[in-house]
Amino acid sequence: MIPGTGALHPLLIEFPFEWTYIRSIVYVSLYVSLIAVALSTLCSLPVALLLGFKEFRGKQLLTSIINTGMGFPSVVVGLVVLFAVSNQGPLGSFELVFTREAMIMSQFVLAAPVITGVSLAAVSSVDQGVRDAAFAIGGTRLDVALVTIKEARYGIATAVLAGFGRAISEVGSVLIVGGNIAGPEGESYTRTLTTAIQLEARQGRFETAMILGALLVVLVLLVNAIVVRLGSDSGGLR
Amino acid sequence: MAIQRRRFLAVAGSGVAAGFAGCAAVSDGNGDEGDGGPAISGESITLTTTTSTYDTGLLDEVNLSFEERYGVGVETVSEGTGAALEHARNGDSDVVMVHARSLEDEFIEDGYGVNRRDLMFNDFVVVGESDDPAGISGAEEITEAFEEIAATESTFLSRGDESGTHTKELEIWDAAGVDEFGEWYQERGQGMGEVLSQTNQGGGYTLADRGTYLSMQSDIDLEILVEGPIEGGPELLANPYGIVAVNPAVHENVEYDLAMAYIGYLTSVEGQKIIAEYAVDGEQLFFPEALAEEPNFQQYVPEDWERTTDD
Repeated sequence: MIPGTGALHPLLIEFPFEWTYIRSIVYVSLYVSLIAVALSTLCSLPVALLLGFKEFRGKQLLTSIINTGMGFPSVVVGLVVLFAVSNQGPLGSFELVFTREAMIMSQFVLAAPVITGVSLAAVSSVDQGVRDAAFAIGGTRLDVALVTIKEARYGIATAVLAGFGRAISEVGSVLIVGGNIAGPEGESYTRTLTTAIQLEARQGRFETAMILGALLVVLVLLVNAIVVRLGSDSGGLR
Repeated sequence: MAIQRRRFLAVAGSGVAAGFAGCAAVSDGNGDEGDGGPAISGESITLTTTTSTYDTGLLDEVNLSFEERYGVGVETVSEGTGAALEHARNGDSDVVMVHARSLEDEFIEDGYGVNRRDLMFNDFVVVGESDDPAGISGAEEITEAFEEIAATESTFLSRGDESGTHTKELEIWDAAGVDEFGEWYQERGQGMGEVLSQTNQGGGYTLADRGTYLSMQSDIDLEILVEGPIEGGPELLANPYGIVAVNPAVHENVEYDLAMAYIGYLTSVEGQKIIAEYAVDGEQLFFPEALAEEPNFQQYVPEDWERTTDD
């Protein structure tokens, strides 16, 4: 499996730039991370708003749990999710192990605390006066929440980006729950950019690993640009 | 009025939020049924195997022709032998291809594996830098070479990951009577390719399977210092690969029939021919072992691993 010994293997002839391979890896990376981040955002924003506005028992505890969650080691999350989805685990009957769905689950667990934590900071910094004003002119609680989200849109966009960055760049958990599977013709099934980089490095193909790494950075930059753009145009409601 | 609207919307809003949460949970759990299959075909099996079979490129070759023949995709998860067997024990894979007979036997004895076949073999080699500080080059017995490495406290990189290669290495240390390891002995806990790269960069000796070594030869400066049995070296360095189906009586969910088709294909004349013809840089990496007019009965049952080292 060395470039240059390619005649032996159809995949290797132009291996580092094999289109199917690269394209399907990028697709799997984006598919898994974007869905995970979208689901995390859906769940995290209401929690952040609730924590930002409401006083209740255990709020302090919940906030510390979220802050701790921001630092969860991804391999540990991977192990826990593997335990859950494994045939012997509580979700075993769904046969999720070594699937993209399992990878989405672990990235969800990784991204959600980051998105919640950073959004919470953004939402909390919205001036109380803005919320009072929205309420005073007859806004419903939903209206007040929307106004708050709009005011905090840059912070929330940052939160989503931080969550996305955490999801797409982590290698530990997707490797464990996804299994880094690609078909014999290079069609990725659960191989992401990060696990592919790990594999290429293991096989001593550092150049290919570098190319994939550069691609990962470009992707993250692109997504950042798009989100920032959307954030400034539409006021944070994507 | 406004207050009532607020209250109504609050209730409606929380209902919607709850609905959303439900949706999110459902789509998370159900998604696999929609597109959980492989992109290539309707049915697939999961193979957990060692890094050496995958990293040499052999599996891509045989899996491609298996898929062409049967329309069944093979999802390959390559890791250490220990991890591969552990996944199979949990029922997360359908078939395992590994190279540590003692661990395979344990797997079968515990009831998790059935229908083991000898598949192929190659051998292990001791590689290191050409200056060879411990002077092990050309050693007759691998145990002597290992004793010498320990005596001179020369750097030795161990896989340290419960892989087949690691298992073999521990067997050799045991046979050599070495039980004191100092700073010179470094457990890396990584795959063969990584450990070879690290040995190449940092210096020292390591035990490698010939296949992975040959497939990386052009990228590294390490030399074979002690040959395995393929080149007339000691028998202890033999490296036989076995393939075992996961017992469907223990794990109902496994694709036992497809796993047996896979085992059947790999041990068929055609499958064995692909293995024999697979070469990197003109060198054959694996030697087929499944076909014999007088089958070795011990391949089907747990046996002392030493008995299987004859090729």
